[in-house]
This record gives sequence, structure tokens and C-alpha cells, in this order.
Amino acid sequence: MNFDLSEDQRLLKDSVGRWLARSYAFEHRARILASPEGWSRATWAQMAELGLLGLPFAEADGGFAGGPVETMIVMEAFGHALVVEPYLPTVVLAGAVLRHGASAEQRRRLVPLITDGSLVLALAHGEPQARWHTADIATRAVEAAGGWRLSGAKSLVLHGESADRLIVSARTGGAPRDPNGIGLFLVDRKAPGVVVHGYPTQDGQRAAEIGFQDVRVPAEDVLGDVANGLPVVEHAIDEAIAAIAAEAVGAMEAALGMTVNYLKTRTQFGVPIGSFQALQHRAADMFIALEQARSMAFLAVMSAADDDGARRRRAMSAAKIQTAKSARFIGQEAIQLHGGIGMTMEYKVGHLFKRLTMIERQFGDLDHHFGCLAAAGSLLDDA
Amino acid sequence: MDLRFTDEELAFRREVRAFLRESLPPEIHRKLAEGCRLGKADLVRWTCILHARGWAVPHWPVEWGGVDWDPVRQMIFRDEVQQFPAPETLSFGTSMVGPVIYTFGSDAQKRRFLPRIATLEDWWCQGFSEPGAGSDLAALKTRATRDGAQWVINGQKAWTTLAQHADWIFVLARTDGSARKQQGISFILIDMTSPGISVRPVQTIDGGFEVNEVFFDDVRVPLENLVGAENRGWDYAKFLLTNERSGQARIGLSKARLRRIRALASTPRNGAPVLIEDPVFRRKLAELEVEVRALELTQFRVIADERHKEQGRPNPASSILKIKGSELQQATTELLMDVLGPAGLVRHAESGPAAFDWARGGTSTYFNLRKLSIYGGSNEIQRTIIARAILGL
Ligand SMILES: Cc1cc2nc3c(=O)[nH]c(=O)nc-3n(C[C@H](O)[C@H](O)[C@H](O)COP(=O)(O)OP(=O)(O)OC[C@H]3O[C@@H](n4cnc5c(N)ncnc54)[C@H](O)[C@@H]3O)c2cc1C
Repeated sequence: MNFDLSEDQRLLKDSVGRWLARSYAFEHRARILASPEGWSRATWAQMAELGLLGLPFAEADGGFAGGPVETMIVMEAFGHALVVEPYLPTVVLAGAVLRHGASAEQRRRLVPLITDGSLVLALAHGEPQARWHTADIATRAVEAAGGWRLSGAKSLVLHGESADRLIVSARTGGAPRDPNGIGLFLVDRKAPGVVVHGYPTQDGQRAAEIGFQDVRVPAEDVLGDVANGLPVVEHAIDEAIAAIAAEAVGAMEAALGMTVNYLKTRTQFGVPIGSFQALQHRAADMFIALEQARSMAFLAVMSAADDDGARRRRAMSAAKIQTAKSARFIGQEAIQLHGGIGMTMEYKVGHLFKRLTMIERQFGDLDHHFGCLAAAGSLLDDA
Repeated sequence: MDLRFTDEELAFRREVRAFLRESLPPEIHRKLAEGCRLGKADLVRWTCILHARGWAVPHWPVEWGGVDWDPVRQMIFRDEVQQFPAPETLSFGTSMVGPVIYTFGSDAQKRRFLPRIATLEDWWCQGFSEPGAGSDLAALKTRATRDGAQWVINGQKAWTTLAQHADWIFVLARTDGSARKQQGISFILIDMTSPGISVRPVQTIDGGFEVNEVFFDDVRVPLENLVGAENRGWDYAKFLLTNERSGQARIGLSKARLRRIRALASTPRNGAPVLIEDPVFRRKLAELEVEVRALELTQFRVIADERHKEQGRPNPASSILKIKGSELQQATTELLMDVLGPAGLVRHAESGPAAFDWARGGTSTYFNLRKLSIYGGSNEIQRTIIARAILGL
């Protein structure tokens, strides 16, 4: 049992934390959100310089050989600062698909471009009918001379309109909801037949609906086995769940910190409101919820590389459930204990609440993961 | 003991519903049903329709446009309006300053202001809270000093809802700095076009503009705009806040939202299985329906009790209505988000894809209704009222 960070991991944590404190202040973020793209290419370039964009990739592929713990450190810091750049879609989601599903040749071609910041990617997997079911894929891929042709619709593709290339899941065989017969394809966002409709999400980030009309994909851009891509996507989503569990911990920690500070400084009835025991107990409950979520984020992170897919999925559902419960509780309480000021866009705590509300439901809401876990049997023997 | 409505009451309910069906403009109905914001024009239009029917201010005294309904009918009316859903009239006028004016105001004030409140010719806003005076309202610092035939007002109000539309604001201002906190406060009516007033809109987390900061810089107000006696404003404010509190259960709104949830969860979309077939979801829906029903019966009891109590005395049980009513409204928005699923992540900007139109207003309502447990006397303050005034702790 060891929860300590290594020397290198501590350095990473310090440098990311210092960089964000210096260059990602709340007011600066507000300007980024108001910009046309909704995120900052300059910040992206700084992330490349800091080595964050190549973090999870093998050195042989042009990366820096970090693991899930390194991703956790980065995402936790991003949660604190409410970073909106497309790190989750590019590095975590698409990055995981490349690591688990692409050929060595494809990785050597793409990873250096991610690492130096010149390639933004998105994972186009979810579909309008799918809710959170990962196998519910109706987009079709049919073989055509020298490659494949894709047709279908993808929904809520994170940063879909900013991505240079999309990783698209499509059915090469099998019926809808069949876990077999799903392939993964790398598609240029500007390819003929790709129609992207971008829009803001509730936390100030961006997503897109994307239509594919007979889009041609050359054979070299097929990622892995055309009939067996789902396990790769599921592994990527599991890594993303671990990543946003860590991001949520950062955001919850920030919300609790702001709340405790407010309780100490806001006076009503001639005393700091933090002297009211009713509010002290609420803050104590927030602290408990944060620590429970932190524990489960560790479980998610330490399970992210588990090759036993079923056990890994159980851990992720469990972590996602705790994350969602804590995120909702802490987000709501942070607003409540701030009173009116918590309700405004001019103050950071409301933005933390909004991001936490999205994390609560990203990659499956409480009911979805309770359903997964209930169907999978007991968690107790996994320890 | 009888929990049923009488035949006459049921007939009255049908009459109200029929009126709403015939008279509410469909565009306004649609906006409300989808949880979207109404514009000022919508509310003015609807208030005029209500006024033409004689129902704009049914709870007022008959001589000022009220209807002689007993408390049960008043409640049925509100419940039908909320469930339909139809807009409620602007509470700052009809439920806050109106009753203060007809209870404590001068005859001249009654004649001047009440008719224009009933028709929404005057849009009123509530200038109570300040940056340093929220739960501790009596800590307010805005000053009114006498200068000849005028009050001179200086200070700042915070969180003033819809002040951007307002013609008038009622404020609590300190008229005697030497008295005990609650005792040097007066209740003053101020024309929003007076020189020296500025309004700064503040965006809320749902993205809307509903609250404002209102600044007073040497604003001159005729002495006659004082309501009641100088330095007695706190009593009028307490009267007003108690009325506000009991109106906040808004059970009809929770019922309407639960109906919308059931309808959305039963509608097939993109060929996906409908949520209503999921027993876990149905259980959650049932759970909220039970809570709503319990609160509705509690509200009936509070109303029945009012008949035995002396008029105008605050009933501390109204704190139950405020706490549970706000919590249930918030809980129904959480369940609504469960129905929306991934579509709830979308923000509905002008450019948003039409595929998500059915989910419009869901998540932003969830964000917006966090306010319910903060304003109107926060739920923490209400719990303290129950502990002290009812339980004697
Ligand atoms: C959307 C919105 C609209 C509003 N509209 C209006 C309006 O039109 N006009 C107007 O005058 N005001 C309005 N208000 C203001 C509202 O009445 C205040 O926000 C409310 O009184 C709480 O005050 P505060 O925000 O200063 O919070 P604070 O009083 O600072 O409270 C912060 C936290 O401390 C808690 N707390 C405070 N005192 C105690 C105590 N003794 N024991 C336990 N807990 C305590 C509170 O419950 C809260 O959780 C509005 C507020 C909102 C959010």
C-alpha cells in the first residue's frame, strides 16, 4: 500500500500547478471562453512545451512514457483551474485509442504531431440513439476500392469542430448493440462528406454533431482490427473516466477551498458565517465527500491499465458513481453556502459547479453505472 | 376530517382550467412548458388578459381588484396556473409591494399605485438585499436623509431581480442611524427613472440575466413616497417576507415538471428504448410524486389552519412549505436531467442543433433553481425559524 508520488511525479505536479497559477487565472479563462474557438492555441502550445501533450505515449512513439498517475496529476490540476483546452479528447481519449489500437507505424506517424501540439484529435463514438451504451453503434463502414466508406451520425463529439482528425467508430458487421463488428477509422475533419455542427456545452466547452455521408477512408487510416474496435474504445473511455475522476477531485477541492475561505471571511449577524455550526457541519460533509471521491479516483487510476476488462470496468463504474455523487453534493453545497454570490457567472465557484455537473454525467450518469455494476456482480472480491 | 374538494371547488378548478385553455397565448404556453424564460412583453400581455377576466390580483381586497375567493379557492387558482403552466403575475408587485401598500399605505398611495400594479403598467422590483446585508437583512446600509420635501437616497442594492425592466423599486433604507439595527429602517417607493440611479445586470450561472446591482447616488424622492410610519419599515418588511415565504412552495410547478418528465421519458427518440420502462427510473418518479403529494397535503393543512388564526399573523409552518417546496423543485430538475441524458450537456445557444430542441431549458433550469434555497430567506434561516419558533430550541 503506497499512495506517495515519486520524485518525478511531484515535480510534474509542482510545475503544472505553478504554470496554471501563473497563466490560467479565472479572468484569463473568461477571455479564452469568449474567443471564437472557445479555447486557446497559445495555451495548447505551452502545454506542448511543458511536455503535457506527449505525456502518456511511449518514448519509442515520440512520447514521454507517463502512465495513469501522470495523467491524474495533470487532470487534477486542470480541474482546479477549469482548463478548457481539448486535452481530454486529444491526449486522453484519442491518445488511448492510438496506444491500444493503432499500429506501430501509425503511432510513429501521429504521436509526434500530438506531442508538438500540431494535431488536435477527437473521438467520434457516441451516437444520438445510444445514450451511454458503448456498443450502440449504427454508423456503417463498407469496404470500397483501397479502403472504406463511412455513413452515419455521431453525437456530442467533444471539441469535434476543432479537431484536425476524428477517430470514428463504425460498424463493419453485426447488428446495432452487438459488441462485435465495430471498426475504428481515422478521418480528416475536412474530408468530403463530413458535416460538423459545433455548439457550446453547459460548462463552457465545445462539442459537435457530426454527419458522415459516404466518407472515403484509405486503408492506411484503419486503426486495428475492423471487427474488434470496441474493446479499444472501451479501454479509452475507461481511461477517460479515470481522468475526469481526477479532474473532478481538482474541481471539488477548489470548490471546497473557496467555500471554507468564504465561511471564514463573510460576516452576517456580526460574525463570520463559518461560526454557525449548521454550516460547519455542511463543510465537514463536503470534505468527507471529497476524500471519498479522491479514494475512488485513485482506484480508477490504478485500474486504468488493468488488462482484465471486466474487472477494470467494475472499478470504473464504482469510481464514476462515487465521483458523480460527490460532485453533485459538493457543487450544490458550494453554491448554497456562498449564497447569492455563488449564483453568478462573475465568480468562479459557479463555473466549478457547472463543470462538476457535466462530469457527473459524462461517459454515463449514476443510473447507467449503477446498472453496469449491478449487472456485473459484486465489487467486494476485486480487492 | 375530509381530504376531498367539494363539488363546488372541483367545478371552480374546471372553470379556471377552461379559462387558461382558452386564453393563454400558445407561444407563451410553449415557452413555459419547455422551461424557457419569458420576456417582459409576454408577462405584460398575459397580465392584461388576466386583468380583463378580473383575475390579475385575486388575493387582494375586492375594492382594489381582488376576488372574494376563500383560501382554498385562492390555492386552487394558483395550483391550476402553475400546473398548466401559465405565467404567474410579477410577484414583486402583486404579492409583495401591493399587499404592503393596501395594508400600510396612505389612501393616495393606494389610488396611485395599486391599479397600475394590477395591470403591470408599473413593473416593480424589490430593493432589500445589499452586498453586506443578505440573511442579516437588518445590517443594510442604504441611507435616506431628509432634505426639505425630499428624501435623499445613497447606497447600493444587490441581487435585485428584473430591475432592468423596472419602473419602480421598493427599498428598505436607514432613516435613523442611531437606533437599534431593526428600528431605524423605512420602506420607501422610488421611481426608477430618478436621476442618480444606475443598474448593472449580473449574469447568473444558467446564462440568463435576471439579477442586478442597483446604485443610488443622491437620488431625490418626494417625502410622500414613504410607506406607513418613518422607522417602521422593518415591520412592513417582515409582513412582506412572510407572504413571500408561503407563496414559495409552488407545488403546481413541481407537478407540471413531473408531468413533463413522464411525457419526455415516454417519448421514443432515435429508436432508443424509452426510459419510462426502466423500473429504477419509475421508482424515482414515484418517490418524487409521493413527496409532492405529502407537501400538498401539508399546504392544505397550513391553509385550513389560517382560518382559525388571527389575520396577518405569520405561521412558522410556512417555513416547511418554503424548505420542502424549494427542495422538491430542485429535485424535479435533477430528475429532468436524468431524462435528458447526454442531451443535457448541450447548451442551447441560437446556433444549437435542432436535434436537441426537446431538451431545451432542462439543464439551465437545474442551474437556475439552485437560487430557490438561497433567496426568500435561505433554507438554513428557515430551519432556524422552525427550531426556534416551533420547537422552542
Ligand atoms: C437569483 C436571486 C434573486 C434574488 N432576488 C432578490 C431581489 O429581487 N431582491 C432582494 O432584495 N434580494 C434578492 N435576492 C437576495 C437574497 O434574498 C439573498 O441572496 C439571501 O437573503 C441570502 O443572502 P446572501 O446571498 O447575502 O447570503 P448570506 O446571507 O451571506 O449567506 C451565505 C450562506 O450562509 C448561510 N447563513 C447565513 N446566516 C446564517 C445563520 N444565521 N445560520 C445558518 N446559516 C446562515 C446562508 O443560508 C447561506 O447558505 C436574490 C438572490 C438570488 C440568488
